[in-house]
Amino acid sequence: MTSPDDIAEDPVLALLQEYSPPNGVADELLRPDGRLRPVWRPLIDLLARQSPEEMAERFARGDQYLHDAGVYYRQHTQSGSTLRDWPLSHVPVVIAEEEWRELAEGIVQRAELLEKVMADLYGMGDLVANGLLPAELIARNPEWLRPMVGIRPRSGHFLHFLAFEVGRSPDGSWLVLGDRTQAPSGSGFALENRMATSRVFQDLFPTSNVERLAGFFRAHRGAMTALNAGGDGKVAILTPGHHSDTYFEHAYIARYLGLLLLECEDLKVERGRLMVRTIHGPQPVSVLWRRLDSRFADPLELDENSALGTPGMVAALRAQDVTMLNCLGSGVLEARALMAFLPRICEKLMGEPLKLPNIATWWCGQDLERGYVYENLHRMMIGRALSSDLPFEVDALTALGGDFRGTARRPIGEWLDRDGPNLVGQEAVTLSTTPAMIDGQLLPRPALIRVFATRTSRGWTVMPGGYARIGRSGDPTALSMKNGGSVADVWVVGDRPVEPETLTGEPEGPFIRRGPGLLPSRAADNLFWLGRYVERAEARVRELRAYHLRLSESGDPSLPLVARLGAFIEGFGVDIDEPVPAVVLELFDAAQGCAGKVRDRFSTDGWQALTDLAFTARGHFSRVHPGDQAVKAMGELLRKLAGFSGLVHENMYRSSGWRFLTMGRALERADQTISLLAAFADPAQPGGGFDVAIEVGDSVMTHRRRYSVHTSRSSVIDLLALDAGNPRSVFFQIDMLRDQDRLLTQNAAADPMSDLARAILLLHTELSVAVPEDITTERLFGLQGEIREISTLLTQRYLS
Amino acid sequence: MPIEYDIRLEIGYLYDSPAASTRTLLRMLPLTNGEQTLITGLVSADPVPDFRRDGVDFFGNATTEIAHDAGKTEFLFRFEGRVRRIPRGTTLDLSCGLAALGAEIQGIQSITPMSPHHFLGDSERIRHEPEIAAFAEEVTAPGMSVMAALQAVSHAIHDRFDFDPGATEVSTTPIEAFQNRRGVCQDISQVTIAALRSVGIPAGYVSGFLRTVAPPGQPRLEGADAMHAWVRAWCGMETGWVEIDPTNDMLVGADHIAIAIGRDYADVAPVKGSSRTSGSHRTEHRVDVIPL
Repeated sequence: MTSPDDIAEDPVLALLQEYSPPNGVADELLRPDGRLRPVWRPLIDLLARQSPEEMAERFARGDQYLHDAGVYYRQHTQSGSTLRDWPLSHVPVVIAEEEWRELAEGIVQRAELLEKVMADLYGMGDLVANGLLPAELIARNPEWLRPMVGIRPRSGHFLHFLAFEVGRSPDGSWLVLGDRTQAPSGSGFALENRMATSRVFQDLFPTSNVERLAGFFRAHRGAMTALNAGGDGKVAILTPGHHSDTYFEHAYIARYLGLLLLECEDLKVERGRLMVRTIHGPQPVSVLWRRLDSRFADPLELDENSALGTPGMVAALRAQDVTMLNCLGSGVLEARALMAFLPRICEKLMGEPLKLPNIATWWCGQDLERGYVYENLHRMMIGRALSSDLPFEVDALTALGGDFRGTARRPIGEWLDRDGPNLVGQEAVTLSTTPAMIDGQLLPRPALIRVFATRTSRGWTVMPGGYARIGRSGDPTALSMKNGGSVADVWVVGDRPVEPETLTGEPEGPFIRRGPGLLPSRAADNLFWLGRYVERAEARVRELRAYHLRLSESGDPSLPLVARLGAFIEGFGVDIDEPVPAVVLELFDAAQGCAGKVRDRFSTDGWQALTDLAFTARGHFSRVHPGDQAVKAMGELLRKLAGFSGLVHENMYRSSGWRFLTMGRALERADQTISLLAAFADPAQPGGGFDVAIEVGDSVMTHRRRYSVHTSRSSVIDLLALDAGNPRSVFFQIDMLRDQDRLLTQNAAADPMSDLARAILLLHTELSVAVPEDITTERLFGLQGEIREISTLLTQRYLS
Repeated sequence: MPIEYDIRLEIGYLYDSPAASTRTLLRMLPLTNGEQTLITGLVSADPVPDFRRDGVDFFGNATTEIAHDAGKTEFLFRFEGRVRRIPRGTTLDLSCGLAALGAEIQGIQSITPMSPHHFLGDSERIRHEPEIAAFAEEVTAPGMSVMAALQAVSHAIHDRFDFDPGATEVSTTPIEAFQNRRGVCQDISQVTIAALRSVGIPAGYVSGFLRTVAPPGQPRLEGADAMHAWVRAWCGMETGWVEIDPTNDMLVGADHIAIAIGRDYADVAPVKGSSRTSGSHRTEHRVDVIPL
């Protein structure tokens, strides 16, 4: 026994004081005899030396990283979906390298086995004909896609990227609980967990012999590029879109690997070829890493109700025009009932037993098996045969240990007899425990690890590390994030130091400057509207500041200029009695919505600046009063808007995407400035209007310097409509549009001038030679019409 | 006695605004199998498509995949051809008992297209419905032969339904049609399939034609002026697949010509299309089936 004195003297003992794994389960930290596993020693020593404050500081460093990187997950609840903080458990799961190697061998064998099974299910069907798989298990599986039967994948393989849910049984051996073959997620999150955890332990990590993840991703990217096989097509990730709960990961991986991120809407099949719609017309796509469930991929041949699909996708695969990772239909392998048959299938197809067993499973469509399940109800999970859920992910139709967890109530024996073919029994699992820091205490919590594998030209490669899920309590049903679980990094630790490496830092062959890459029309459209919405919001905020400034000076909303300003703003749908109007909040939301759909093309800082803007505006919404307070609030919003613009203009690479953002902004600014001038530079407007125009046009200082203190109609029109040097003038916007359009089409210089270029040039020429007297209020309205026509032409040319 | 038919099918679509680009999957070419032969036939589209590829789907139906570039508002899809129909004569009921069917199905270790296993579980448009299942249980008995059960279900559903082209749409679900007791051949067939599957009889959907004008002295059958649909059911190893037309409550005979088979309408729809247009569209179709 440990005495209190020992604990006082030995910080490790103190740290582990409350750490006592439950009986009958394996523990990652402690050996069965209660001694620390050597591979954990450096980490535990470090943790033991930390004061609570130091520990908190470390953990905060990891959390700060996740916050700055914008890592979140989407939680779906009855009332909609919300973005939640990433629930990192800061203590990694540490696994010795030799043990991991054994696991990886089992994973490779299983990946090869699954490939053979899939090839058979979409090929000869021998497994069923030879009695190794029951026909109804395949024929009734909605993930077995009949239109895919007979297809031979272009790459020669159906499966390229897989994940496996792996746990440790009480005797310490590894066990597969689920195969993730459809569109496995989590590898990007594994990377983010690694980044955050290496910051928490930034002093320990570099020397701790932890195997790096970058090599795995480099192999995966290399494999995808190789699948292109010299073709002219692009390599891309296919995402269901920003509503998906793993969209962040798709965007992150796309950025990290330098791949196009596409939605089905970006794609079309043209004369049998899969193409992406870009700002420069359709371009071929040859390799797609699919993160969308198969059924939704083609409304023509698969789920006819899918709004996410690309008509003709199946035909493109059939014609071997495109390689898909993984091939459509791979979800059929996820049915848990399959695990009842895999051990025998492995013997038959591979000529050897499974190296890595899966959880014991009995399909209740067979009399003998059903009988066994019934006899052993107390140690069984009974659930739907074709589900891909893990044994402890219980729903209303799951019975655990002979009792229903949900509301269903009927005798289990009768249920088994009636519904047998639709049910499986699986041995109730006990997962190993691993340390988690909870309220300053190191406590044992159940853990499940998702292991990833990618197919390279030299066979399957397993990621050395993974994505661990940690239970909130000792109950394994609390493992999922939905139920309050958390996630952790997995450290595979060897005896020898590892070379530090990153994906970007490894030069391979000569230095190559890559082209700017493709811009899908949908992404360009979102960037264009992001520019427009932010600029529109800025116009409203400036007008509101001018209004509230005058209101606070006079205190009288009925004064002619104040009333006119109020009416002008209300013309944009604003309720002037709201100090921070709902319309403005909606504009920020719309801007955020656009940015959210192009997260792969948008810097984290830019995203955060935008989030902060929307958050600040919302915070002021109910608290601020008209007048002074509103002036201050608008000032704050303008400063934040300037911050966002600064990021866009100082830090964003001059890609095509930037050009669309900039053109959206320029068009909107021209449009807004013309409205302003038409209202406040009109000779018939009440006194003080010229000053309003100059103030809202953010040109007070310039005006003072360039003209006299006195504002006149001519000085206002000259400065805000015609001045080539004023970044707020209409002419400046048209000049910007002309430049950006030319830069976008510079490679197509030989083509005849587009309608868009012609319209811009006409306006440019007119404003170049105009004098203030030419720009009457009537002409201003004419200009506004022409600017809106330019927006339409731009949309036709690039965005549809 | 074989009969030959000259058949023409035309399906037209009219869009309010030009479609951006369309991709269409046609299943309009009649099947060739032991009971009928396509002597000659052609599927065509107007305007002439910009892309065309012909193929065969999982269940052996002929498919024509076509694409049109942007800008069209009117489409006409057409089949014209000649089919020889060799009806299988009425035979003695050699089907097994309903109670023994499950074991016979389990004995079939196959996921090839003719395997009964495809036709027992839920399919895209036909789900298990307790209300239809209860109805099917009421009109059948475990002691019946499968054939007898099949005819009992067809008869009961025929009795329950009023043929009414205005009552349903192509997207009406079996349970809606069952509860309204009205519909067309598609509804009546899909409800029959749901009922048969619920008592363990593998059942599928057949799209096809009926001869337009009845032979002299016989009544004109329901559904003859449009495409028709009926049901095929697996009656055990000995009898195999049997086709029945619940809309007319009769076993399928010389007047029926099949185009395609599948698990439900989604597998055999003559025209499946997608167009990137926001506007609405109208559709019309006409059929001529003339015996030679």
